[in-house]
Amino acid sequence: MSFLQILWFILIGVLFAGFFFLDGFDYGVGMAVGTLAHDEGERTQLIRSIGPVWDGNEVWLITAGGAMFASFPYWYATLFSGYYLILLLILVSLILRGVSFEFRAKSSDSKKPVWDRILAWSSFFAPFLFGVMFISMIKGMPIDAAGNIHAHFFDYFNWFSIVGGIALALLTYLHGLNYITLKTKGPISERSQNYAQALYWVLYVGEVVFALLLLFQTDFLAVHPVLTLLCLVLIVGFSVWAHVATFKDKQGQAFTASGLTLIALVALIFCGLFPRVMISSISSKFDLMIQSASSSNYTLIVMTIATVILVPCVLAYTVWAYWIFRKRIAMPRVGEANY
Amino acid sequence: MDIVSLARFQFAMTTVFHFFFVPFTIGTGLVVAIMESMYVHTNNPSYKKMTKFWGNIFMLSFAVGVVTGLIQEFQFGMNWSDYSRFMGDIFGAPLAFEALLSFFIESTFIGLWVFTWDRVKKGLHLFFMWMIVFGTMTSALWILSANSFMQHPVGFTVRNGRAEMVDFGALLSNPQLMFEYSHVLLTAVLTGATIITGLAAFQLLKKRALSDENKLIYHKTMRLGLTLMLIFSLGAIVAGDMQMQYLIKEQPMKFAATEAVYKTTKSPAPWTVVGIADTKTHQVKGKVEIPAMLSVLSYHKLSGSVEGMEEINAQLEKKYGTHIDGQKMNYYVPVNTLFWSFRVMCGFGALLALVSIVGLVMTRKSKPTLYNHRWMLWVLAILTFSPFLANTAGWFITEFGRAPWTVYGLFTIAQSVSPNVSVASLLTSNIVYFILFTVLAIILIVLIVRFLRNDPVEWDEAQADKKATDPFAKGAF
Repeated sequence: MSFLQILWFILIGVLFAGFFFLDGFDYGVGMAVGTLAHDEGERTQLIRSIGPVWDGNEVWLITAGGAMFASFPYWYATLFSGYYLILLLILVSLILRGVSFEFRAKSSDSKKPVWDRILAWSSFFAPFLFGVMFISMIKGMPIDAAGNIHAHFFDYFNWFSIVGGIALALLTYLHGLNYITLKTKGPISERSQNYAQALYWVLYVGEVVFALLLLFQTDFLAVHPVLTLLCLVLIVGFSVWAHVATFKDKQGQAFTASGLTLIALVALIFCGLFPRVMISSISSKFDLMIQSASSSNYTLIVMTIATVILVPCVLAYTVWAYWIFRKRIAMPRVGEANY
Repeated sequence: MDIVSLARFQFAMTTVFHFFFVPFTIGTGLVVAIMESMYVHTNNPSYKKMTKFWGNIFMLSFAVGVVTGLIQEFQFGMNWSDYSRFMGDIFGAPLAFEALLSFFIESTFIGLWVFTWDRVKKGLHLFFMWMIVFGTMTSALWILSANSFMQHPVGFTVRNGRAEMVDFGALLSNPQLMFEYSHVLLTAVLTGATIITGLAAFQLLKKRALSDENKLIYHKTMRLGLTLMLIFSLGAIVAGDMQMQYLIKEQPMKFAATEAVYKTTKSPAPWTVVGIADTKTHQVKGKVEIPAMLSVLSYHKLSGSVEGMEEINAQLEKKYGTHIDGQKMNYYVPVNTLFWSFRVMCGFGALLALVSIVGLVMTRKSKPTLYNHRWMLWVLAILTFSPFLANTAGWFITEFGRAPWTVYGLFTIAQSVSPNVSVASLLTSNIVYFILFTVLAIILIVLIVRFLRNDPVEWDEAQADKKATDPFAKGAF
């Protein structure tokens, strides 16, 4: 394993972490449109709170996918062809979700609720299915000698992966609630905080079940005991921090902590995988390794140079955009404006 | 049904649908950016209304373009995993650059542009729009550099059973890319200009009383649209011609197929205007010929023969063998598809150039008669749909003409497909995408028609009214 290979393994993790941190609250807000908002005005208010930024946040996923294709083509090929139907469902969710913002804005008032419902459901299914995918991936999939997955339904959907999917959806929902508390004003901000306070109790149960399943269903504890336990402690610790912050009305802290929870989850997955990128349940000989799944050294150098130059620019104008949209979103009058 | 045909059908369906919106977005983006520049330059509020009005059409196209683009990135891994293993070293880098350089810019600045009207300085707002244009136009560069490699591999070596990049600069200075990118970019602007002009013509055709300001806005729109149509159709024709000159040398089979030349012609070569190729007997039925014209088109002179597909196939069989991976190969491409696609593409290109000239003459300042001639407005209105056909035809030539290769001379279509994806999975995804695209297309058309019930002035006033009733409007962004 070369330095660049390890660097790119970490960078893929960073990109997915960025995706879950940023698009995570978009999903949460999307779910909240169907569960937290009481009327049309509140739904518009919620959608406005992410309106200017959700599209940029989703690019983190596109970049993660593109970077995986570029730096670990064998991982990309095995993962994407092996998770065919799950990715199809993710795509359908992301497509419907993506158009719902613009189509809702241009629709007549009678059609708006349809798009709201589509937004809420697709915002649930996307993180749920990502959770199912990543968690079944770390459990190990039937990867053959050629690096192809030939899996059955229960390889994808089992107790562990379903708990993982629900946990990820719940985490993004809570992250979204913390975002709403922080970014809106009026009754919905307070209601969102109350929801979060109650739901964190449910999350704790989920986290304990998830941790137990992880210890028994994966080899993470055997391969990386310290890192695995550390990440699990961090996940719970950040959750508690976020929970306490919601009671103290430290809105910025709660949002930061729920974002860090998601990052810790990604860290857990990537630490446990190392030095593999995918685990074969047939034989450890067929595991995809960082060393052999990556692209050539030359490509990694080109990619590294581009990343070093471009990522600071991306971060700079992203921060600038959030700064411009820093104000809290108020409740619009009914029938007002597009977004 | 086998996995290769299903995966190919899916690739064709998803890329064609995606590419309806790519040039639509690039083109209308530039048109809207020019409109906003006119506003900032002249400070004329009518131009602002014009920008905002057409900006809505641009955003609808952008939204569908973005989400259908997601499929593209995923489907290489999903349907073409062996291709991804073979090409990831080269293909992945431009894709990652596209995300880092273009997608982040597009999506961040479109959020800024949409939500900051009257909230930031005019010049800054205009800057946002030009950043979007920059994003859309560079995005095309990266993805076409990957496609150009597939047409004409450069800067690589085959090692460890895959193509590995050895020279990134060569990837970007690929001559194929220069021709392909300029042709795509020019036709993208032509697409946007044609659509905006056509929709403005629709607005004028509807029988109703328009205020003077609305009329002015539509007339200005048409004048700008027609000017861009003329410049960019001529540009596209020149770029297309240069690309064909290049093809004669680099991919002679593709070129011969666009002209349905089976046997090497005499010199000077006659040009088959129309005809149907019989792929079994290698005869072209019902053909109408113009003597020596093919020499003029191919070499810009009155002599020179054009190599036929039979001869080219024999050469390619000699070069690449008659069997690859135990499968019998021939190097013919779908002749009729290429032949007719070429005529559709060039036909519309020439038609748009011609119509834009007539339109510009009819809108000249001294005697603007176009707005009273409903037949001409109808011509422009109907031509709104023509770029979609022409663009699709263009890609049919490029992609079908590369058969049987995914990466020319290196990797075949049959080698590229995911070996572990079942017919059932592929069939499911094909059906799902087909239904999804149909629904999206219908909704999009309904929403555009619904939006076009408005006119720029009234629409802008309605927006302002709504904001005025909002007690929190000042803090509400």
